[in-house]
Amino acid sequence: MSIAEIAKSIKSIKFGLLSPDEIRKMSVVNIITADTYDEDGVPIDAGLMDRKLGTIEPGQKCQTCGNRVGQCPGHFGHIELARPVIHPGFAKTVYLMLRASCWNCGRLLLTKEEYDKYTLMMERYKRRWPQLRFKLADRIVKKATKTQECAYCGKEQFKIKFEKPTTYYEEHPEGNMKLAPNEIRSRLERLTDVDAALMGLDAALARPEWKILTVLPVPPSSVRPSITLESGVRSEDDLTHKLVDIIRINERLKENIDAGAPQLIIEDLWELLQYHVTTYFDNETSGIPPARHRSGRPLRTIAQRLKGKEGRFRSNLSGKRVDFSARTVISPDPIISINEVGVPIDIAKLLTIPERINKFNLDQMKVLIENGPDNHPGANYIIRPDGRRIDLRFPKDRRTIADSVEIGYVVERHIKDGDVVLFNRQPSLHRMSIMAHRVRVLPYKTFRLNLCVCPPYNADFDGDEMNLHVPQSEEARAEALVLMLVQEQILSPRYGGPIMGGIQDYITGAYMLTRKSTLLTREEASQLLTSAGYDGSLPPPGITKPEERWTGKQLASLFLPETFNYTLRSNVCQKCPQCKKDECENDAYVVIKNGKLIAGVIDKKSIGAGQPESVLHRLVKDYGTDKGRYYIDKAFKLFLSYIDSRGLTIGLDDEELPEEAKERVRSVVEEAEKKTAKLIEIYNQGLLERLPGRTLEETLETKIMQGLEEARERAGEVAGQYLKDSNTALLMAKTGARGSLMNLAHMVACVGQQSVRGERITRGYQNRTLPHFKPGDLGAKAHGFVYSSYKDKLNPIEFFFHAMGGREGLVDTAVRTSQSGYMQRRLINALQDIRVEYDGTVRGTDGSIIQFKYGDDGVDPAKSDHGKAVNIDKIIERVVGAGGK
Amino acid sequence: MVKFDILSHELVPKFFILSKEEVEALRHSYGIRKESLPWIRRSDPVCKTIGARPGDVLKIERSSEVAGRTVVYRYVVPG
Repeated sequence: MSIAEIAKSIKSIKFGLLSPDEIRKMSVVNIITADTYDEDGVPIDAGLMDRKLGTIEPGQKCQTCGNRVGQCPGHFGHIELARPVIHPGFAKTVYLMLRASCWNCGRLLLTKEEYDKYTLMMERYKRRWPQLRFKLADRIVKKATKTQECAYCGKEQFKIKFEKPTTYYEEHPEGNMKLAPNEIRSRLERLTDVDAALMGLDAALARPEWKILTVLPVPPSSVRPSITLESGVRSEDDLTHKLVDIIRINERLKENIDAGAPQLIIEDLWELLQYHVTTYFDNETSGIPPARHRSGRPLRTIAQRLKGKEGRFRSNLSGKRVDFSARTVISPDPIISINEVGVPIDIAKLLTIPERINKFNLDQMKVLIENGPDNHPGANYIIRPDGRRIDLRFPKDRRTIADSVEIGYVVERHIKDGDVVLFNRQPSLHRMSIMAHRVRVLPYKTFRLNLCVCPPYNADFDGDEMNLHVPQSEEARAEALVLMLVQEQILSPRYGGPIMGGIQDYITGAYMLTRKSTLLTREEASQLLTSAGYDGSLPPPGITKPEERWTGKQLASLFLPETFNYTLRSNVCQKCPQCKKDECENDAYVVIKNGKLIAGVIDKKSIGAGQPESVLHRLVKDYGTDKGRYYIDKAFKLFLSYIDSRGLTIGLDDEELPEEAKERVRSVVEEAEKKTAKLIEIYNQGLLERLPGRTLEETLETKIMQGLEEARERAGEVAGQYLKDSNTALLMAKTGARGSLMNLAHMVACVGQQSVRGERITRGYQNRTLPHFKPGDLGAKAHGFVYSSYKDKLNPIEFFFHAMGGREGLVDTAVRTSQSGYMQRRLINALQDIRVEYDGTVRGTDGSIIQFKYGDDGVDPAKSDHGKAVNIDKIIERVVGAGGK
Repeated sequence: MVKFDILSHELVPKFFILSKEEVEALRHSYGIRKESLPWIRRSDPVCKTIGARPGDVLKIERSSEVAGRTVVYRYVVPG
């Protein structure tokens, strides 16, 4: 039989309730004994481990279907409940139906006219707006609930009270009366099929009274296998324990009823049965204590098996574990391409790709087979055309096997250089979290990746681990290569710009190489270009007198396309009111003309990761991803070799200020302190003027905060003036490689105000933060202003306030990640199957339109200019630049 | 109280009820059934004022931050 013959298409799925008859029909045994095994370890007949329920022990045949362990699917049994109980999952809808129906005749509480009207409407809705019929049903139920008197029998209706989880009361004038499940069931039985339909139920699949259980299905033993411990003691599954409870109480209830026991005892047992059934379905039902194991551990019943992160859905269905994958620690490798991933040789020997033997690869495959599973380019299995697998681990003489293979055999060969694999780092928050790389088999035990792909994965090397998956089919590989290859992901759809690019040393290196003072001898230039992998010829020196010298700009230009033109302001730009352009003294005005860097330094704004409108962005967008990758692979290596050859370090001396500067910083801070004291004085005199919308105290706080903030900034500025240009920390901050001027100010000048919840620190003792201060002291020192710099040392009080602020930061990040993670999860769940169709509309899986044009303008942000469809400035510049000047 | 004409409010976009032919043309251009359009309830204030009935298709012209003027459609359902 071919697949086409077996395959049937699913037209629709309908959910209904199991009727008691259905439960009995699918049951293979009526369970009446609360025991599982007898003393010899043989399952008791009609017990919970009856052999008719399916086999769990290997070698045994199932008494129902005759299959062995793997084949027998398991078979349901059933328990006949002595008295009906409410199915806790339907308790709420039972309540709604009770309220909407007559206690006497059991009909839906509508007048005849309403009934006809709604029946007609329901018919029409079913035809035209099937999705809306439940809304209509809700409306009908609401309407019926309001009715006071039955239109059929004329009886007055009573209010019904529902006490979670499974108790109902009828409010009579003479007092509340408890409704027993059998009474409820008989009322629901009297609802007609049409009544049920009006309440949104299809009576053929779900009669209302089926929400009250009279028969309980018993799941197959394979669903709740018992485990034999090493000591030979048998331990039963939680579900089995719960079922034992149910049967035990059920039997007792039955005996008591048969013996004609008093009503009170019967009711107590009945309630106990209800409790056991409720906890059997969900042991975390609110309002009742969870059923516990003898050890005190709550039982894990049906709902708990499905629910939550460790539940069936998230853990076993959405989160299946897969073959052909690997995970290990990552480490950096600036030499490999961004498209590559370094795979440890041990992993390469375990991950395989099935390759079919043809006349072109026959000889290579034979070599691989001969190499076997333990030598790297080898193979682990051979699959013969008849489907038989040959394991290459065991045969001694692999050569004969290699000689015997023919065209048509499939070899599961080791992955080798150039194979396409998927590489992933959790949390996979955006599409760049899984990208296709080409394999590069390397020694040692870590995955190696180019530093430029750290930003999209959000990876660092403080112990991060990443996963690798090997696509097994040609189609999967092709798709991965075209859509997911790293270079295809350089431009992020998050903002129109490159998400990959230079970080830290790349930026410092590029800056140091391209600044004006960098002049290189022939030897130096050749050395740098060789390590960058440049294979052209050395350009003529930029300076010939007094000696030949190459500028860094010259070298940095060699990897740009010859037609490339661009100008931008770099990160070192001081944002002068009137830009001097080419004459900029900081060399911050970058001009690239015909692929030559004429002026300006390359820094974060030109090659940085996540910088839109940068050199890198233009390069990738105008010249394609191949060119972009080429530039990142080669030019970035040049920047690194330069910083390598020159060296970059930071020491304590870099944070040292001359005495004069220290004095000025001190005076700035002292001034601020005086100002604060003055403010407090004005406040104390009651002369402070209130800011709009603030109390007097708030006004004072704001003003003090402002003053102190300003002081810290000024202190930073003052300190900045005294920092030498050779200061590497300053260099990194200016180029945007790492750190900010503020970080620097913290280190050399003044740490400034510490805050908790956006306010100065106020907590601690009554009216004061610490016992070192007078109660009511509003001064800067008493509320967390840190005068010192990190280098100078913080005094214990400052240190304590600083720790308070620091702790808040830590807590905030922890809370934020968990909250945004949950938000992301819900968003993705809601959005995962909508897509942009070829006509530009955004549609759901059923073809329903969600947006008539993607984003209203149909622009793909990854292919746009920083979100805009066209960048007119750039077009004009290009046209004018090519023609004139 | 004088009833306020919501249609004249600047934040309320322009609504039109499409004719049968227009609906057909729209259906064809998107290759869909009417039910696949986004829905709007009959009880929506605009629907009530312009007298749209279940089964109608509304055309809405509104300004959009990214695309200037955009046209969208809604299918009127009861409720």
